[in-house]
Amino acid sequence: MTISLTQEKVKELEKIALQIRRMVVKMVFTAQSGHLGGSLSVAEIISVLYFSELRIDPRNPNWPDRDRLVPSKGHCAPAIYAALALRGFIDPECLTTLRQLDSILQGHPCMTSTPGIDMSTGSLGHGLSIGVGMALGGRLKRSNFLVYVLLGDGELNEGQNWEAAMAATKLSLSNLIAIVDRNRIQLDGPTEEIMPLEPLMEKWKAFNWNTISIDGHSVEEISDSIQWAKENQDRPSVIIANTIKGKGVSFMENTHKWHGRPPTREEYEMAIRELEGEIDE
Amino acid sequence: MEMLGTRDVYGKTLVELGRENENIVVLDADLASSTRTSYFAKEFPHRFFNMGVSEQDLIGTAAGLALAGKLPFVSSFAIFLAGKGWEPIRQSICIPNLDVKLVATHGGITVGEDGASHHSTEDFALMRVLPNMTVICPADGVETEKAIREIVKHRGPTYVRLARPKFPVVLDHTYQFQLGRSFTLREGKDLTMIATGIMVYNCLRAAEELDKEGISAAVVNMSTLKPIDVPAIARAARQTGAILTAEEHSVIGGLGSAVAEVVSQNCPVPMKIIGVDDLFGVSGNADKLMEHFRLTYPYIVEGARQLLGMK
Repeated sequence: MTISLTQEKVKELEKIALQIRRMVVKMVFTAQSGHLGGSLSVAEIISVLYFSELRIDPRNPNWPDRDRLVPSKGHCAPAIYAALALRGFIDPECLTTLRQLDSILQGHPCMTSTPGIDMSTGSLGHGLSIGVGMALGGRLKRSNFLVYVLLGDGELNEGQNWEAAMAATKLSLSNLIAIVDRNRIQLDGPTEEIMPLEPLMEKWKAFNWNTISIDGHSVEEISDSIQWAKENQDRPSVIIANTIKGKGVSFMENTHKWHGRPPTREEYEMAIRELEGEIDE
Repeated sequence: MEMLGTRDVYGKTLVELGRENENIVVLDADLASSTRTSYFAKEFPHRFFNMGVSEQDLIGTAAGLALAGKLPFVSSFAIFLAGKGWEPIRQSICIPNLDVKLVATHGGITVGEDGASHHSTEDFALMRVLPNMTVICPADGVETEKAIREIVKHRGPTYVRLARPKFPVVLDHTYQFQLGRSFTLREGKDLTMIATGIMVYNCLRAAEELDKEGISAAVVNMSTLKPIDVPAIARAARQTGAILTAEEHSVIGGLGSAVAEVVSQNCPVPMKIIGVDDLFGVSGNADKLMEHFRLTYPYIVEGARQLLGMK
């Protein structure tokens, strides 16, 4: 695999990931509602996608030939909203309105409310099928856009994913890239206790996908694996991004308790101190 | 009497539309030969996608195609499309308000011998309750062609329910289908029968029988169940003072409920709802099942008499 990012770009993407984390914590604290654990685990993935990979245009969010991101794990909406604000799709001021009545930022992604959101999600298990349809549509339209689907690991319990996995290889959708946020924790506890997914790589391989496992907090590995997926022209690719749920805030890491609860003021201040401390280092 | 299969007409119309509009793509879930999307598949193999027996993925893929700028028609049996597909239809088609045409065949109990698992007496209720959804059930083959052509012009989630057996043709070829508008097939003074699908024909027969008894019954074809034709219902209630509805669907949540929602809040008059009682289907041939579930014209006549007694 080739190294695709300069050291300067690596630093920039890491800095943006931290910014996303701070914005996520602030948004969920302000809203007193939202999903921290699974928003913090995808910060590097979102940073690489929005600031290095996606061919998108904030001035023309509905550009027909843009790359698409289907946020299948819709509960990571705060991380995506942060990226949309940093990328100029939405006014950063509106981040304080997350989950409030009349806000353009719904609790889960809503394409009719928020510029830059490519599909409404929230109910788990739908996104990969959407990606299959988009990738197929792109091919029929002779457009060369890429379709990224961001999947949760708990979400893979849903059978529709595996229907879509079969369809994607039947249709040889090489323009489809799935990224699994493998943080190993779902709402009620560890994925391997609630509904074991392992051997996960072998499952995807058995469905005939190009399959790779990476460190989902390394912007270099995320970027390199996406280049690798793009080079594979015969079938869809899946990147299993091994991550830590709640990454970046010590007391939120690796626990299902922070799946869906907001922080108190004290917890919020502790979290921000940790995230700002990391920037100073 | 001319008989036409609504699904046969659908299959042929889809091929014609495919020639006129190259943006149309068709998806099926391993029932193409039954839903007649096989006709389209034969002429446009590169615009037809058989997604296998996986209705949830079928719906999601269609949504994705719409998001990429294609116009997808999606077909399966009514219970599998509306039933197994319901939550994906809600999340991935209705919430984002996408232009996807869901055309289900094998609605109701006239599916026949396959029995309860394959009958669909719940699909009107399931589809009608979804915001942004348009719901249509043509009365015959003539209306099927016009409705399928018309929904291409309408933007948004659309559900059309067709049937397995051939239906008697009740509309003449000059009939113009208008989305959201009912069509009065027969004028009458004593009551109005509002029907959909095969029950339009059965109501016309019942009206002839009632006529012999000196009862004058209007018959209205309510092929668009949603958005329902509120002015026509209010007018019927005012003019005839009694409304009977008839559908090949559960008496819960379908046409009868839709009409009752309008009547009770705008123009209260006595109503009688003819449909399948709160029961699952059983095996049998279509004609025998229509009799078994009391959907044939003598039961409509009986219902009309009861209704007039409440006036």
